[in-house]
Amino acid sequence: MAQIRLVRLEKRYGTTQALCGITLAVSDGDLLALLGPSGCGKTTTLQILAGFLVPDGGEVWAGDRLISSPQGVVPPERRQMSLVFQSYALWPHMTIFQNVAFGLEMRRLSRDEIARQVKRILGVVNLSGYEHRYAHELSGGQQQRVALARALVVQPHTLLLDEPLSNLDANLREQMRFEIRRIHQETGITTVYVTHDQAEAMVIADHVAVMNGGHIEQVGTPEEIYERPQSRFVASFIGQANCLAGRMVEPGLVRCGELEIRAIDQSQFHPGDEVVLCIRPHALRVHGATSPHAAGTNTAIGRLMQSAYLGDLQDLRIMLPGNLQIRALTTSRQRYRPNDQLLVELPVEACRLVRG
Amino acid sequence: MSVVAPLLIARRRYRLDLSLGTWALAAAILLVMVVVPLAWIFVASVHADQDNRLTLANYAEAFTNPIYLQPVRNSLILAALVVVIAVPFGTALAWAVSRTDMPGRNLIRMLVFAAFVTPSFLGATAWIFLAAPNSGWLNRGWVALTGAPRGPLNIYSLIGAVCVIAMYSFPYTFAFVSNALEFVPSDMERSAALLGANWLKTTWRITLPLVRPAIIAGALLSFLEAIAEFGTPAFLLIPARQHVITTQLYLFFQYPNRPNLAAAYAIPLLLVTAGLFFIQQHLLRRRRFTTVTGKGGVRQPFLLGRWRWPIFALCMVPPLFSLVLPYAALLATSLSRAWGRGPVPGNLTFTWYRWALVENQGARHAITHSLTYAAVAATIATILAVFTAYTVSRRLLPGARILGYLAMAPFVVPGIVLAIGLFSAYARPPFVLYGTAWMLIVAFATRFLPIAFSGSESALRSIDHELENAARTLGSGPLLTFRRITLPLLRRSILANWIIVFIPSLRELSSAVFLFTPATAVITNVIFDLSDEGNFEPLSALGIIMMALTFCLVAVAYRLFGGAVFAQRQRA
Repeated sequence: MAQIRLVRLEKRYGTTQALCGITLAVSDGDLLALLGPSGCGKTTTLQILAGFLVPDGGEVWAGDRLISSPQGVVPPERRQMSLVFQSYALWPHMTIFQNVAFGLEMRRLSRDEIARQVKRILGVVNLSGYEHRYAHELSGGQQQRVALARALVVQPHTLLLDEPLSNLDANLREQMRFEIRRIHQETGITTVYVTHDQAEAMVIADHVAVMNGGHIEQVGTPEEIYERPQSRFVASFIGQANCLAGRMVEPGLVRCGELEIRAIDQSQFHPGDEVVLCIRPHALRVHGATSPHAAGTNTAIGRLMQSAYLGDLQDLRIMLPGNLQIRALTTSRQRYRPNDQLLVELPVEACRLVRG
Repeated sequence: MSVVAPLLIARRRYRLDLSLGTWALAAAILLVMVVVPLAWIFVASVHADQDNRLTLANYAEAFTNPIYLQPVRNSLILAALVVVIAVPFGTALAWAVSRTDMPGRNLIRMLVFAAFVTPSFLGATAWIFLAAPNSGWLNRGWVALTGAPRGPLNIYSLIGAVCVIAMYSFPYTFAFVSNALEFVPSDMERSAALLGANWLKTTWRITLPLVRPAIIAGALLSFLEAIAEFGTPAFLLIPARQHVITTQLYLFFQYPNRPNLAAAYAIPLLLVTAGLFFIQQHLLRRRRFTTVTGKGGVRQPFLLGRWRWPIFALCMVPPLFSLVLPYAALLATSLSRAWGRGPVPGNLTFTWYRWALVENQGARHAITHSLTYAAVAATIATILAVFTAYTVSRRLLPGARILGYLAMAPFVVPGIVLAIGLFSAYARPPFVLYGTAWMLIVAFATRFLPIAFSGSESALRSIDHELENAARTLGSGPLLTFRRITLPLLRRSILANWIIVFIPSLRELSSAVFLFTPATAVITNVIFDLSDEGNFEPLSALGIIMMALTFCLVAVAYRLFGGAVFAQRQRA
């Protein structure tokens, strides 16, 4: 239906640069999550996409149609995009039926057709029978589904969702993630989903674009983003990661503090480059220093600073030589105490190098 | 590829987007309405009255001639004394009503509001009956009781005018302070109490300092209103030959007519009121805690114990002077053949009500005029306010913020000054409104536009932009969105604004005095003339009728919207 391309999009608010040249493509039928902390520019991007903001630089294309540029924007009402708002934005002076029917009225459909379509879409979101209620008579989850129905009933080319689940409680949020995923699969509408919740992005999206400080850090499938982060920010924002600053010694070998560690290097760093070594806490292997495991490649003796018992796991903070603090999640089968000497192994395949 | 979607596009006809033109039209009307009369004051002030030459002589004459300087001094003294009386009363009442377990708190609240709605010139008239040097009832009572040759009170004096204005001015401070007190959490006071302070000390050291910005804001507003007040000085000080700025402005329009000198004389007054207003707004903005959302924690009233009734009695003093005595005096006079004879048998008559409502064509017309002009003015102000507030709050035009200042500007223009500007602007071509009803309607609409504007603005602030944006993404243009989404959500606020513009329009005196002609006289014009002639009995009847109409509307508004509506008006 619609392929969306953002080309070098820029936006300034006063002196702060909210977007510094965003380039991003959403292919037809794709569900892309814009993921980032608050203030990263994801909402600004969405507002530009919807036509509420004029970019200061760059372009937005829908298929072969230029819809936003600093010279002008196609107004929101002519973009064939629906937006589900964080606040749902259900009109309090209209019934559920009137809310959902509004977009169809704008398209001048006949009354019968409108009634039919509204009935159908309320069925899709499991709200049949609620037509004559008002928004305030519905629960948060139901309001959320009305907002979704209102956006979908007009069969938009593109669906935009602005943190749609952030006002729901945890259980409902999990349920709605799958609901949105299901509806997307049924309708196949190109969708851009803004969120700051990485778990939500991972569950819902085909592709995730991680944003930070007005830049796009990385775009990829949830697996790619998690398994092969390309920056320190992505590594630490998606899941947890130990990030150790270091310097390249030779290809595939990095020096962090007093340790020399072998790591996977996809970026082809040169000796002397400043890099960051990322490793997930649960990828570390920890043994008692007296255990038979021999010291080998990528091992070091460290001192346990703190440990927290989490049931089946324990969360360990270990000090490695050279004042390197590292966090490890291991099974609780063997408990350690503070000041124990531990043998820490950093498996080569779990160590990834990114720009420093 | 969906088959339906392209079909939907094809079926849709794009309307021409008229929205920009609509906002621009509203902005243009506002510009003409506010800027033209104000600009004319400046233009007039630099032209000579005799030959219309460009000159600064008006300023020189206005501010060197001692005859014209004395009123400036009087105005400043008057306004300062009003503040000195009104602010402590307003603060004390606010504290008693919102922080203590005093009996009759709602009664006091209602009485304060009634005092707020009552125009002070009506109070001034009533106090003439009560405290005129020889004939006033209180003075005669004093003479009868003590055998003294004359009573102690003289309402025809600066101090008399101060007292009358203060009695109708304390509601400003009351409104600001009681609103601020709502947000002082009890914890702060309890902490002081736990550290050993009694309630008096706690109030003095903790509570009042916390609401100091509100007290100052109330004081500034009292000062501003007192210095701009025309009715009471006209009724009480013109007979005493003690002029203030506003009555001096009035004199400039009597023979010999000096409108340009009047304009020059008015400009410093305008600068003072504008300055005070900005200070006040700044204060209210800086100390946001007076308007934060949600209430500040749990609040426990002070238990006054045996002081409950004495404090209640104290709180009844301002309402006694501003309502009980004046309305009793007005009612008694309106039912008397001659007020000087007092409420004795044989003096009772309904003649004056018959006169006002049936017999006298002038009075009857005045009542009709007042009602229709106020209604039309309220309609114009409300509509313009909604469009302007929308343009401002959604930044629909470049420089929209300036439009907001423009819409608030009439608030700092004393009615009499606005009248001078309107007279200069519309008594000559191309727009000759003088002599027509439109002159008064435009005056009322302009003067009370800020009330409607601030009401619309705060209502719009409570409407989430996302509600409008949602309609936009679903295919509705800006104007249609405004009509289908925004206006229905504003419905209650629009009706409320209409009523709170209608009420002051009905009792507006200071601009009407300048702008009416015999064919367009309103109730206040007739009252003013009757006062001039000393015909106090029909005046009282007409005043009572005017207030009866006002209180009916107030009651309707209360039923529909509750008290919150009027909080806006007081803050405007």
